[in-house]
Amino acid sequence: MAPTWPSADDFAPTEPVQGRRAVLGAFAGAVGTGLMRPVATTPDQPPTVAPAPPPQAATPTAATLSIGYLHWLHSVETISLVFTPAADNGRAGAEVGIDDNNTTGRFLNQNFTLEVAEVRTNDDPGAALDKLIAKGIRLVVTDRRAADVLRLADAGAPHGVTLFNAGAPDDALREQNCRANVIHTAPSHAMLADALAQYLIWKRWPRWFLAYGEAPDDLLLADAYRRAAKVFGAHIVADRQYKGEAGSRETDTGLIELQKQLPVFTQNAPEYDVLVSADAHSVFAGYLPYRTWDARPVAGSAGLIPTSWDPNSTEFGGKQMQDRFAARARRLMTALDMNAWVAVRMIGTAASYAQSLDPDAIMAYMRGPHFQLGAYRGLSLSVRSWNGQVRQAILLSDSGRTVVSMSPQPGFLHQFTVLDTLGTDQPETTCKLPAAGQKT
Amino acid sequence: MRHAPVLGLILTLCATSPARAYMAYASNEKDNTVSVIDLATNQVVKTVQSGQRPRGMALTSDGARLLVCLGDSNRIDIYDTKSWQVVGAIDTPDPEYAALREPENNPLYVSNENNALITVWNIDTRKMLVQMPTGVEPEGMAVNPDGQLIVNTTETTNMAQFFSYRTEKNLANVLVPPRPRWAAFTHDGSEVWVSSELGGAVTVIDAKSFKVLDTIHFDVQGLRSTFIQPVGIAITRDDKLAFVALGPANRVAVVSVPQHKVLSYVSTGNSLYNATVKKYLLVGQRPWHMAFTPDEKYLLTANGLSNDVSVISVSDLRVVNTIPVGQQPWMVLVSPH
Repeated sequence: MAPTWPSADDFAPTEPVQGRRAVLGAFAGAVGTGLMRPVATTPDQPPTVAPAPPPQAATPTAATLSIGYLHWLHSVETISLVFTPAADNGRAGAEVGIDDNNTTGRFLNQNFTLEVAEVRTNDDPGAALDKLIAKGIRLVVTDRRAADVLRLADAGAPHGVTLFNAGAPDDALREQNCRANVIHTAPSHAMLADALAQYLIWKRWPRWFLAYGEAPDDLLLADAYRRAAKVFGAHIVADRQYKGEAGSRETDTGLIELQKQLPVFTQNAPEYDVLVSADAHSVFAGYLPYRTWDARPVAGSAGLIPTSWDPNSTEFGGKQMQDRFAARARRLMTALDMNAWVAVRMIGTAASYAQSLDPDAIMAYMRGPHFQLGAYRGLSLSVRSWNGQVRQAILLSDSGRTVVSMSPQPGFLHQFTVLDTLGTDQPETTCKLPAAGQKT
Repeated sequence: MRHAPVLGLILTLCATSPARAYMAYASNEKDNTVSVIDLATNQVVKTVQSGQRPRGMALTSDGARLLVCLGDSNRIDIYDTKSWQVVGAIDTPDPEYAALREPENNPLYVSNENNALITVWNIDTRKMLVQMPTGVEPEGMAVNPDGQLIVNTTETTNMAQFFSYRTEKNLANVLVPPRPRWAAFTHDGSEVWVSSELGGAVTVIDAKSFKVLDTIHFDVQGLRSTFIQPVGIAITRDDKLAFVALGPANRVAVVSVPQHKVLSYVSTGNSLYNATVKKYLLVGQRPWHMAFTPDEKYLLTANGLSNDVSVISVSDLRVVNTIPVGQQPWMVLVSPH
């Protein structure tokens, strides 16, 4: 091919190219600790670098930061078998985050490990946290429920522990029960509801049928939708609680039952544009599409779902994230995986810019004005100073099949950042943190 | 070169090649095509079906071969730009961008985004010569004029990473603001300009000492800073002007690149380095990568969200044409003839 091109030997490097295929290792030695003051070598002179170790391993001299992960081992029944969470849901995201931290850290003399503590539903997460603390770990990611997040935060506070809440969306954790030592990478109910509300308003579907379940979390989520409707000018024209047998998959006769029950549940509603479902544990909303009395789209916990991640999201470099995750975890990446990845990458990114593995230095940088994390959603993520919530764009997923849109929507403006049109903004917050008060 | 009168240079080039008789090529990431544009008429004259997810492209200095990185086909296809037949291919995982050493057109330096690698290839034998590990998501890449110094931007690692081609050593890693997308050497090889998409800045790095000389920020009135996301950088041959595509800001910033003399005073502090933004141009939506026509009379931008290519007149800094292409154009190149 292209015989007119010169051969490579005509401009080969000054040494033979044979046998130069070996993967070269890390070169952290060339950088040392002074990242912003890299070793100044001219390209023509061989720099004074340490021998190259294998690429994924830390250099012998690399400092190591161990990040804790309190992993809630529990099985979840889902209406759709496709969406049954894997046993490593969340944890796998943290593991890919550690890989990414180390791919970065091998150039910066920084090494990261993940210390996983598995806790079953009835185990005491406090005991697991104590073990992590005993190992000197001070940055801990968890996917436990809200009540546990609160308990863990308080138990860890005297030991200087910062907790990263990857799983619990409860607004109370960010508001009346907020804690100074918690960073919420999980979006709150309010953020998710606002993200959907903005899209429905943009779509000119302002009349909502709100259908919510019986679980306490359903009531909280329904409140978030009522709040979002008020904020963005939607009208809830029907507000109904679904009382049904939760958690049972279709039996032989179940499908017939459902196609009778759900039209009845949605019958005799005032004219509405869209049915918004609040079903925090996915026990009934999945049955709503195609079964409403009126021919209306479903959103919320089924249909058009607001979420921090979707395995189909490929924009903003997301394809790389999906590929990297699938190669490591051998499955698709969930929102919980993303929230955990964000937590670990926030730590790694703050460590590289702060040029330190000291948890205090890392947290100071992370809460500071310059911190930004790219997380494949267009706008960078950062921390709300007033309640520790990570501000982030929210995807609107067609039940995990395609990404329909991403909020904030065009036209929803904000004084500081459009990301703060989602969730509780600084003027409305009831959270009073000792360190709060400064603008971000 | 830096001190050559610009006007004279342009006139010379105009005399040897008819103005705007060039061909332009746009890689359309979403619909797997390459649009071939005749710049005499500003029309797409051919749409080439490519492999999956064409993004980065490189053109041989004679314009005879177009190399197209096919991220999802794990391959770089080499097209004959007359017949548009694939005349060769390099199998390499997830190539995002590739740069040819000029003017020899060999070797080829490739960013393998998913694998955190730079690979270097002999195009004739299609053999890999060198493989170097990088940070997470290597993307932008530039090679200095003598082909020995490689700079790569790692999007998720937030570094401009310098490598020696000869020794295969990692020479330096310079932290830059978040999500660095692109790197460009000044034509005299003295500086590297690195764009940070999320950080909203361009970092100017000394190509010898690897010191940060300056960080250029952009401020467009009426736009939140979060929407100012610099990606593509194009520097005129006389190293006087740099154009920086600002992504969702839908603008290209025109930045003055200072004289060589000014750089030599930098030892007293960076404040003398006066790289200031001069003007913003409104183009199509989300311009990413750009290319000059060889006479540098026009600058083309690939606009990913409006699916078109803007043609900017360099002399009066005005958008003079918009050419619809395929879906999500990523990069645009212009033929040398």
